[in-house]
Amino acid sequence: MAPVAFDEMTGDGRGCRPAYSLIKSWLAETTPDTLKLRQDEAEFLFRRIGITFAVYGDAEAEERIIPFDIVPRVLTGTEWATLSRGLTQRVTALNRFLADIYGKGEIIRAGVVPQELVYQNPSFRPEMVGVRLPSDVYVQIAGIDIIRTDDKDFYVLEDNARTPSGVSYMLENRDVMMRLFPDLFAEARIQPVENYPDELLATLRSLAPASAPSEPTVALMTPGPLNSAYYEHSFLADKLGVDLVEGRDLFVRDNVVYMRTTEGPKRVDVLYRRIDDDFLDPLAFRPDSVLGVPGLISAYRAGNVNVANAVGTGVADDKAMYTYMPDIVRFYLGEEPVLKNVPTWRCREPDSLRYVLEHLPELVVKEVQGSGGYGMLVGPKADKAQIETFAAKLKHDPDNFIAQPTLALSTSPTFVGEGVAPRHVDLRPFVLTGSDKVRIVPGGLTRVALKEGSLVVNSSQGGGTKDTWIIEDPDDDDLAPQTQSQSQSQGKA
Amino acid sequence: MLSRHADNLFWLARYVERAENTARLLEAAARLSAMPVSHAEGSNEWEMAVAATGTLDSFKEAYGEANARTVVEHLAFSTFNPSSIRSCMEVARTNARAVRTALTMDMWETINSGWLEMRKRSAARMNRQELSDFLAWVKEASLRFDGSAHRTMLRNDAYYFLCLGSYIERADFTARILNVKADVLTPDRPSVGGGFDYYQWSWILRSVSALTSYHWVYRENLKPHLVADLLILRDEMPRSLVACYQNITRNLDSLARDYGRQGLAQRKARSTLGRLQGAELDEVFKAGLPEYLDGFINENAGLGAAIAEQYLE
Repeated sequence: MAPVAFDEMTGDGRGCRPAYSLIKSWLAETTPDTLKLRQDEAEFLFRRIGITFAVYGDAEAEERIIPFDIVPRVLTGTEWATLSRGLTQRVTALNRFLADIYGKGEIIRAGVVPQELVYQNPSFRPEMVGVRLPSDVYVQIAGIDIIRTDDKDFYVLEDNARTPSGVSYMLENRDVMMRLFPDLFAEARIQPVENYPDELLATLRSLAPASAPSEPTVALMTPGPLNSAYYEHSFLADKLGVDLVEGRDLFVRDNVVYMRTTEGPKRVDVLYRRIDDDFLDPLAFRPDSVLGVPGLISAYRAGNVNVANAVGTGVADDKAMYTYMPDIVRFYLGEEPVLKNVPTWRCREPDSLRYVLEHLPELVVKEVQGSGGYGMLVGPKADKAQIETFAAKLKHDPDNFIAQPTLALSTSPTFVGEGVAPRHVDLRPFVLTGSDKVRIVPGGLTRVALKEGSLVVNSSQGGGTKDTWIIEDPDDDDLAPQTQSQSQSQGKA
Repeated sequence: MLSRHADNLFWLARYVERAENTARLLEAAARLSAMPVSHAEGSNEWEMAVAATGTLDSFKEAYGEANARTVVEHLAFSTFNPSSIRSCMEVARTNARAVRTALTMDMWETINSGWLEMRKRSAARMNRQELSDFLAWVKEASLRFDGSAHRTMLRNDAYYFLCLGSYIERADFTARILNVKADVLTPDRPSVGGGFDYYQWSWILRSVSALTSYHWVYRENLKPHLVADLLILRDEMPRSLVACYQNITRNLDSLARDYGRQGLAQRKARSTLGRLQGAELDEVFKAGLPEYLDGFINENAGLGAAIAEQYLE
């Protein structure tokens, strides 16, 4: 049995945590009918703006929108300060790690990370060995998935270091909320997120190759309108004020990347690519890729263009490497990790494998390279036969699996048609690393599992999103929060 | 801007314009076919409509006989005819989606909702009234698109490429529709014959929405050579060849100014405009109107190719 989840508004279900006092009174004085009206209005706005994730060419192609919940998720300034410190630490370590494994490989020689996990990793790119990138930054844009299970700790569920998406929803959610509830914003003093595109552009420009002019040219590379995140690509290009290019708009001459413009070839200095490594350059990777640019990797290695995120970052964010992240943080920074890892058993280790096999009914077992919920066993939801089949798979190829306990993700109040009810949430803040500093806009994308009891927040499986508010700490009465949490824990006992 | 984006805008405008022109053509044909006299003359206004779009051969291969049903299918709804209204709106939407960053929200919404609406329509069981509603709707969609572009777009290269697409397509259409009856046009015929001949000439004027304008400009009965004068040489007529070329030249000049460079496209456009402005109707007829129009259609296509080579590839 999963334990009763921590609710971010009520704590144990009875009180009200200070961060949510405004939300609580707002919900108390607003009828479900009014909420429904606002919800419809929000949906209308999203459709009109065209924030869709499309299955383009689909005969049904009323393009879908991701459900949006109008009840915001709130964190205090203090909570954010901790998170922000932890995110900076984690992403800094990720970058140091990548620079190391494509460089001297000290962490491997020190025996902290097993070498076969690095060099035999399908996402490891030998082409990148010995290449020096501007300021040694590999992960310019990271989306770190965060969960919490109580009011103290934040856990990292996943590091997304390749081409994390969702930031357009963070920005549009805020925009729509401000249109719908100007009064709430006047009262709550919420930290703004709208400067994200400026911060992103500053980050990308700071990492232009040394040979670039002082005003480097940035372009955003998309696989094209058929890609499900195409809306986000065009949205970001628009906000950044940069060209949205496809592979066929680019060509390489003498190891320099150019785009074809109406005024002739124009040199590109930084490519913010939203396309996987495999498809970037048919000469270097998949020869059948028609989305890529022949010669791009050669120009990149020659230092004439920078690519964000770097090629080969995938080795740092797979599920096997995840389990080493606390050690990676300690190794490079000499600090204890601020953000915890979800306890994870590496099935490649015999002791762990034994434990996992004995406790399968209560664990979640995932494939190291899997994503999107495929090839996964959710112990508490599986029947005996499924568990036995999976156990056989596990014994056959233990290296390919990790296991985690089923976590009680925190819940946040969510409007669900008839009224407001707790639903499980996670959070994806976006961490930008430039040559000068790390930038994080206060907030991120909160994803919510709209189905009662569901822990799956993925948009493809009935998940929705919420606006995420970082508010100033409630300053009216410094003692109040403490008193309240004491009385809560007494009540619980 | 990116060449591919400029190309998308250029063709987006052409396809929107083509959809509207085809709708006007069908509207005029439907009207003409309702005239009692049409049967007596044994002529086929539906076939004229197909001929005006330059797809008569592929049409005959696919459908054989030209009648209301086959022509409406071919020109409005066919997914095989790349110039059908449906195909035009689909390509326009695909292009718009690829250049969303270059369009304003109003333009995108017009194109997007137009396409979503188009998908709900089909030729099956469409009666005269429904056809007429449909064609009116297509014209409106095009007008809304033009209007939103005119009112909301920045005046920069993106706008110029969009305008170039519209005017090149428009000039092409005007020349083609006139060409349908060009072989019987001579200045020797002082006025149109009675009956059906009259309706055919009014059909041509209607398809470029110029019937009323004709009367305002000439204050005379329909005379074939004046119809040619109006559609070729009168610059106050917005769909005339000369008016289209004034606009084409202006937009190409704006591009050359912004980019600081003239090219083959500018030279070609200016020479065509010069010839149109200096022309007398008599000279046009001396060369033979069909030959003159064929020559123009080729020149116009040549300009399109020059623009593509200079900017879009």
